[in-house]
Amino acid sequence: MTEGRPRAGAPASQNRPVLGKDLVGLEFLSAEQIRLVLDTAEPFKEVSERAIKKVPALRGKTIVNLFFEASTRTRISFEFAEKRLSADTVNVAASGSSVSKGETLVDTARNLEAMRIDMVVIRHPSSGAAQFLASRIRSNVINAGDGKHEHPTQGLLDLLTLRDKFGKIEGLKVAICGDVLHSRVARSNLWGLLKLGAEVAFCGPYTLIPREFTQLGVQLIPHIEDAIAWADALNVLRLQLERMEAGFIPSLREYNRVFGVTRERLERAPKDLVILHPGPMNRGVEIDSDVADGPFSVILPQVTNGVAVRMAVLYLLAGGGPDWRAQRSGDE
Amino acid sequence: MSDLLIRGGRVIDPSRNSDGSADLLIRDGKIDAVGRNIPVAQDTTVIDAAGRVVAPGLIDLHVHLREPGFEHAETIASGAAAAAAGGFTAVCAMPNTDPVTDSLATVGFVVRQAIRAGQARVYPIGAVSLGQKGEQLTEFGELVQAGAVAVSDDGKPVRSSHLMRTALEYAKSFGIPVADHCEDLSLAQGGAMHEGLVSARLGLKGIPAAAEEIMVARNIILAELTGGHVHLCHMSTRGSVELIRWAKSKGLRVTAEATPHHFTLTHERCEGYDTNAKMNPPLREAADRDAIRLGLKDGTIDCIASDHAPHHYDAKEREFDEAPNGIVGLETALGLGIRELVTSGLLTLPELLSRMSTVPARVFHLPGGTLAVGAPADVVVFDPGQQWQVRREELLSKSGNSPFLGETMQGRVESTVVGGRVVYQRRPTN
Repeated sequence: MTEGRPRAGAPASQNRPVLGKDLVGLEFLSAEQIRLVLDTAEPFKEVSERAIKKVPALRGKTIVNLFFEASTRTRISFEFAEKRLSADTVNVAASGSSVSKGETLVDTARNLEAMRIDMVVIRHPSSGAAQFLASRIRSNVINAGDGKHEHPTQGLLDLLTLRDKFGKIEGLKVAICGDVLHSRVARSNLWGLLKLGAEVAFCGPYTLIPREFTQLGVQLIPHIEDAIAWADALNVLRLQLERMEAGFIPSLREYNRVFGVTRERLERAPKDLVILHPGPMNRGVEIDSDVADGPFSVILPQVTNGVAVRMAVLYLLAGGGPDWRAQRSGDE
Repeated sequence: MSDLLIRGGRVIDPSRNSDGSADLLIRDGKIDAVGRNIPVAQDTTVIDAAGRVVAPGLIDLHVHLREPGFEHAETIASGAAAAAAGGFTAVCAMPNTDPVTDSLATVGFVVRQAIRAGQARVYPIGAVSLGQKGEQLTEFGELVQAGAVAVSDDGKPVRSSHLMRTALEYAKSFGIPVADHCEDLSLAQGGAMHEGLVSARLGLKGIPAAAEEIMVARNIILAELTGGHVHLCHMSTRGSVELIRWAKSKGLRVTAEATPHHFTLTHERCEGYDTNAKMNPPLREAADRDAIRLGLKDGTIDCIASDHAPHHYDAKEREFDEAPNGIVGLETALGLGIRELVTSGLLTLPELLSRMSTVPARVFHLPGGTLAVGAPADVVVFDPGQQWQVRREELLSKSGNSPFLGETMQGRVESTVVGGRVVYQRRPTN
């Protein structure tokens, strides 16, 4: 494992001792830091259950949500998290902004920074875009998904959901199913799960599960039946239609027949499984509706946890200590 | 022009297997005498080379000088000056300019600009196909008449095996090699770095070693079919080295080059999405780098070429998958060769110099690469022991896209002489 080993390109921990300046990926966090985020998220869950869903933790902070790629769930989840922490937020989408006039990423960010912002949440189609930005601006940068690299808050919310369900991550067997090759969710889950002591397997056609990952201790399980028999939880990735067009699979129909997570397959499993999906789902392709809507699905709790995890990340990056309640009472 | 005497250096001439202390007298642009205690005439200019190595000027078979079309990144004059500062007395300019160097006029333009620059010699490489489109052969005969020394569609592999076959056959008539950038585009398309654990982790599309090796194998097989001379550009994989070794054991006319970055760096250098580690072929694994080194040692890889590929700062200052491929290399090639290959004991200094001067001259049938009496006086004088730091502001290239900025090189060029004229003289620092 690479935990704790400094590596070229790892974001430098600067003035913020808790998480560092940025959240670029779970690869760069220690097990302790990941646990801290999950623990910090616990009390934030309760904020969203209140009638008045607001705490003043980030009052006066300005956050820009810079989305160069379409997103519904992640963007809204971040925006709720920011607003429930009382931050001032601005959303910038690539279309209709200066980006569509050919402005470079770094110029866009520097112009925003010139308006004195505190944080940037970035979603971008290029792997490494978040790290690129993080090393070039002073504001905190949170990666909301960069190409096929990482989607750390998704990884964290998946960990939180698994921890809610099983009590701990250590020793869990988690199979990540489907298009691992093109998935940032898979990579963030991989690092988070390995760091917290889970066993990880990738399941899918060999065209979509890169064999290089076995060097990190990941198992490759080519048959979904075997993955179901092995795992405590399945994280089922979205299969994009473009993958068929690019020749990675012959057809969506065959994919569902051979690799789909179906009720019949789950019923043959020796034990009950927990089913996660980062969304948006292709019902009837990688996952059948009766599984998605069935008793083992934690797909909606994932979404709920997403807000709490993002609140925790925003709060910690803004310099908050492990106990936000203590801090809050000082604020008020 | 007055006589030039380079006095008291260690004269290494790989073309004659000679290595010893001597003076070198240059008269009328040619090597006039090599020997001890050559008397100094009244008007002779003297370069004191005590403690220095005096060798045939380095020759680079693979550079991109960007003119015409991309003068913001490099010009023939700035590139030729960078070459001279790196100890090169001749470089071969790839044709992927705008317009492409695919006609009498465009080849002639490169020749004229090089003469006007008056730095290192610049030999144009003509395109294999019109516009590098991979369809119709260029007029090799006219290109050679205008000064082209080889043909290549570099940057764009010759995709059609039929076109490659006819190019190899047709080039035979003019005694020039066909240099190919070996890459199966259907495997490499969209790739940003070597396919391996690092690309998997970084979420970047990989270019498998097979993309290069398939085309190396094809080109070898076509060299056998045609009896033509294929020169394989910037070899990067252990599989390629094995294939070339096999081709040479069969006596085929196959030559190959490798770059300093491929014998120095590995794909881990792409960590952190450093666009100065993005090149094509990509940086590979340690086993590949080691195979390239051994290939250079045993002659499977004939020579070292820089693949000098300047890019403007703005072009590299962006997302990794959007950034262009390539790095500047003319001013760090010798320093890396000594640092990586000589100090490690893999090559002797004369062996390194042969792979950077004598052998490349033979591969492309160029003058130079020798200090034989009567040869053109293309000479480099360098201090093999001196270490120095690569600093952007000291590079003569217009571009500074190098992964070696800030690193320590070993071996510093003091003087570069082209045709008896000192074109580069390092200014004393400190």
